[in-house]
Amino acid sequence: MSDTHAQSVAFVRDTMIPEQAPPASEAGIIKWMRENLFSGWFNTILTLVSLYFIYQIVTSAYPWFANGIWTTSSLAECREALDGMTGACFSVLTERWNQLLFGFQYPNDAYWRPTLAFFLLIVALVPVLYPKAPRNMLIFTAIYPFLAFWLIWGGTILIPIVAMLGFVGGYFAFKQFDHQSFAMGLLAGVIAAVVVWWVGGFATGAAPNLLALEAVPSRDMGGFMLNMILGTVCVALSLPIGIVLALGRQSHMPIIKWICVIFIEFIRGVPLITLLFVANVVLAYFLPPGTNFDLILRVIIMITLFASAYIAEVIRGGLAALPRGQYEAADSLGLDYAQSTRLIIMPQALKISIPGIVNVAVGLFKDTVLVSVISMFDLVGMIRGPILASTEWNGVYWELWGFAVFVFFIVCFSISKYSQWLERQLATDHR
Amino acid sequence: MAEQAQELTVSDEVAIQINNMNKWYGSFHVLRDIDLTVYRGERIVIAGPSGSGKSTLIRCINALEEHQKGSITVDGTLLSSDLKNIDRIRSEVGMVFQHFNLFPHLTILENCTLAPIWVRKTPKKEAEDIAMHFLTKVKIPDQANKYPGQLSGGQQQRVAIARSLCMRPRIMLFDEPTSALDPEMIKEVLDTMVELAEEGMTMLCVTHEMGFARQVANRVIFMDAGQIVEQNEPEEFFNNPQNERTKLFLSQILGH
Repeated sequence: MSDTHAQSVAFVRDTMIPEQAPPASEAGIIKWMRENLFSGWFNTILTLVSLYFIYQIVTSAYPWFANGIWTTSSLAECREALDGMTGACFSVLTERWNQLLFGFQYPNDAYWRPTLAFFLLIVALVPVLYPKAPRNMLIFTAIYPFLAFWLIWGGTILIPIVAMLGFVGGYFAFKQFDHQSFAMGLLAGVIAAVVVWWVGGFATGAAPNLLALEAVPSRDMGGFMLNMILGTVCVALSLPIGIVLALGRQSHMPIIKWICVIFIEFIRGVPLITLLFVANVVLAYFLPPGTNFDLILRVIIMITLFASAYIAEVIRGGLAALPRGQYEAADSLGLDYAQSTRLIIMPQALKISIPGIVNVAVGLFKDTVLVSVISMFDLVGMIRGPILASTEWNGVYWELWGFAVFVFFIVCFSISKYSQWLERQLATDHR
Repeated sequence: MAEQAQELTVSDEVAIQINNMNKWYGSFHVLRDIDLTVYRGERIVIAGPSGSGKSTLIRCINALEEHQKGSITVDGTLLSSDLKNIDRIRSEVGMVFQHFNLFPHLTILENCTLAPIWVRKTPKKEAEDIAMHFLTKVKIPDQANKYPGQLSGGQQQRVAIARSLCMRPRIMLFDEPTSALDPEMIKEVLDTMVELAEEGMTMLCVTHEMGFARQVANRVIFMDAGQIVEQNEPEEFFNNPQNERTKLFLSQILGH
């Protein structure tokens, strides 16, 4: 008896139990439905009520889509074609498609240029967005802004080439003097770039028609193209400026610190729309008479400043979240400020800040429609102005605004999805 | 083992010279009149209750903390507010932290090659060879392409040691290197440190591992309330402590 007892108590495991799959009832769709939809009488009622509402919405919206008219050229024709049935007049979209995309003043025979620029944008973004894409694609990304400018605004190709050469010259000058000190390199780079631009100015003046596309002035830009231009340029510019501001705010040098703090706090305390009015009207008073400072450029500057202040604060949050040990480890290895910031601090702080940065970027992209209040004809401006005010399409609200919602949703949702993917890609801590 | 450690030569060359050094955090006087001379090849263990300023002391040596009074000379370079001097000293002095402080976004190999490539301007290939050499030395060459988060605490700390060694430092500072580790892992880190000591590295080590102190150190420094209270050879220090505070500390730490 005691022997048996001793045997059941003393125990030595000689084989470890391997991992096993869970039982079938604990997996699959049935389990999901039982847990999420019908887990009790109350939830079951909620599920059924929700299903009823979904049914109602779908059945009433479906004919609106299904009977949609795509081919008429005015609202009156569309109503006639519908003949009393419920149905959407999507023909406003097909008929005004080019206006929605490019505005109403962009030359018709040049529509291929912004379209090409858009598809090239996707190519240029690939190496930036996907770390695994071939690195030499970045060369195209670097060329892209100049190429896109040439395609969209037209004019001689010399202007973007000179602009690009200025940056290239500045970069090499920076590399040359960077070994001495970062500030020296920066100064040399700026001087080299200015010299190249100054010399290049004569070249473009001498040959204004070399490989010239038909020039399109900024005031003729419009439609969703304008939103894309503002969104892409401002996001691309505000990120580096935001990083500099965030670092400046953490600086131990009081002057730099206070400049950054005052800038950030001022910008955050002012509504974007007032800044846009400033860009539109007030800025002109400060410029010397006769100078024609491009309106899009002014708007880009304002939106960029606005977004960079927010991005700076987001990144400051990321910097604050880094353990002090990371700074100390970088210091103790002898890395200088620029090296530790670039190699240790920023990669981690930016990773932490991704959700916040994307939040700002999405907000910025949506805010580009605010330019419609300073009488620029972006997608919203086009709908509100030339299209809805026209005799043909006066009163087609659902289709037009639905389209605007759809377009912005597609872009913003993609950005959001991308950022979630990126966060998973960068998760190296496995905790 | 203790005798073996004693055999290690200590040269007359001064590695670190600290004269009358004082430090305050705000109005709190953390370090008071610290005088310390460390000779090349010495292995010094700094012990003391928490808050006694021992971590702060070694963090002053590579300027992670600023001292307000007195002087610190490391390898003949006077530590001043001159950034060039600070960076030079830091690249000669390796430091291992309590919480490892590996860079989580870089692989083990990248952690080890980063500073040699950027500070010493070593070519990448060569830096990787050096890194693999030291990773082999701390016995984890097979983890080179993993990220720090995938390693155990003991492994991470050994990587941190290898990372410092890749800079070929002349002095190593250890700030409680085993305090954040499970008992099982303390030994592997200590073994690495013992090996390093046997090669003649100048080491300053803040630790509560008294066994390590007995085995490796040729001098034990006891600190309390920001001052050096007692210092002696390990045998004397442990068997025949003089100061009351030291006796109390030792009785508490060795009591069980």
